[in-house]
Amino acid sequence: MTKATTSEMMTIASSRRLKDGDVCFVGIGLPSTAANLARLTHAPNIVLIYESGPIGAKPHVLPLSIGDGDLAETADTVVSTPEIFRYWLQGGRIDVGFLGAAQIDRFANINTTVIGSYGKPKTRLPGAGGAPEIASSAKRVLIILRHSLRAFVSKLDFVTSMGFGEGGDHRARLGLPGAGPQAIVTDLCIFEPDPESRELVVTSLHQGVTREKVAATTGWPVRFAQTVETIEAASENELAVLRDLEQRTMLAHGVAAGDAS
Amino acid sequence: MAELILLREAIQTLVQDGDMVAMEGFTHLIPFAAGHEIIRQHKKDLTLVRMTPDLIYDQLIGMGCAKKLIFSWGGNPGVGSLHRFRDAVENAWPLPLEIEEHSHAGLANAYVSGASNLPFAVMRGYAGSELAEHNPNVRTIICPFTGEQLTAVPSLRPDVAIIHAQKADRKGNVLLWGILGVQKEAVLAARRSIVTVEEVVDDLEAGPNACILPRWVVTAVCEVPRGATPSYAHGYYARDNRFYRTWDAISRTRESFLTWMQEQVLGVSDFSEYLHHNHVVAEEVRR
Repeated sequence: MTKATTSEMMTIASSRRLKDGDVCFVGIGLPSTAANLARLTHAPNIVLIYESGPIGAKPHVLPLSIGDGDLAETADTVVSTPEIFRYWLQGGRIDVGFLGAAQIDRFANINTTVIGSYGKPKTRLPGAGGAPEIASSAKRVLIILRHSLRAFVSKLDFVTSMGFGEGGDHRARLGLPGAGPQAIVTDLCIFEPDPESRELVVTSLHQGVTREKVAATTGWPVRFAQTVETIEAASENELAVLRDLEQRTMLAHGVAAGDAS
Repeated sequence: MAELILLREAIQTLVQDGDMVAMEGFTHLIPFAAGHEIIRQHKKDLTLVRMTPDLIYDQLIGMGCAKKLIFSWGGNPGVGSLHRFRDAVENAWPLPLEIEEHSHAGLANAYVSGASNLPFAVMRGYAGSELAEHNPNVRTIICPFTGEQLTAVPSLRPDVAIIHAQKADRKGNVLLWGILGVQKEAVLAARRSIVTVEEVVDDLEAGPNACILPRWVVTAVCEVPRGATPSYAHGYYARDNRFYRTWDAISRTRESFLTWMQEQVLGVSDFSEYLHHNHVVAEEVRR
């Protein structure tokens, strides 16, 4: 088998962050790929919840949209969208909210709304979807996105969903129920929040990635943890299962599940 | 009491210029046939409501039917941008489009409180999000029992809700299943409703907990087979993923969009003629 690509390593490293038995509220695209990889490898009892209504979805192939029929067919139950947000997310039943993002800042706040000003945007992005309440109400949050200067910015054009706001105890001051983002997994590294300031700190690097590369691809002066670990390479099984899943998805849809949310 | 009528007649009599219209369906059962009919009848100044503006709202916005959009996620699922929506927001083409933007939880709650005949919905939401700064309809309220600060959004009470469902019986009772989204809440929140269905049957053969809209809460039922194409109808046909990708190219420029709309929507008499031109019958799936 050929070596894992950086994209595959991003998906694999984030899937490892999910524990067997976790109840995971899954965004479409990269989070959905990684969550299903976890389900098919080390976390067979993970419960995947999609905002369209399926609870305990076990899709055979990756969904292209958040409401694919395969999610409903394979779920333990399918409830209405208001019920998902009211009873299951607001009700405090979600362990992990798993999100993607277009832009992120050093306190893990997320923008999926506009590039440029809100009134006269340069680029209008799709918007919030379920993210603001997933980010506030899930017990913990996991974020996956590709590393680039356009994505990792010193100041967001718009705060769609709150990570740690201005840092420190900002979440607690606003009364947010969940603990917020616990890890941001990219194709270069993993960030975790500093326990006090809540600023994102690089705690591990993918194999072969240098600190200089991360610093040059991040729009703020990046901090590194005292000990920076190297992320374990993909196992044969992780890689085989991921490639098989993506292959099945290609065959079923004629297209990869991709990044779009 | 639901009347079984033609879609053309339902749109003519139940959708007026200036109405607030909610067309729901969360990826599944999106009422495309009804959207095309609204475009053919040149309805205008509509306030369109939908959690996930999809291709159908891209078409309505691009054809100038909308003056305002209330929404929470506007993209082409699994593909990328809605180009006509973006052109309206970024460049005011073909008309300026006022937007009222929410989170999914906010809009879902607003439909529930509308269906419940309450003035607003209360929730834990929008905290720390700049959406609240740009949307005056996102406000706070203090719990009278605990003093906790909570978020309030006004109820949605559309003039018309339009949904697609799998079946109706001859009296007009409607049955839907699979991904349910907010369709039931949208119909119950609205003053009038139009439900297009895959088929009209003698007996719905539904179990006791099935999602049923009784005939006396539905204004019109219209039989439109494959009326949710290119989205899907669980148990009837699969999503036409290829069309969702093709739409990216069709909608990218104003010219290619207008040419396509002229030929495929304005230039046909009804949805069956459109289907005949555009969608090879996607794989039929088991009932």
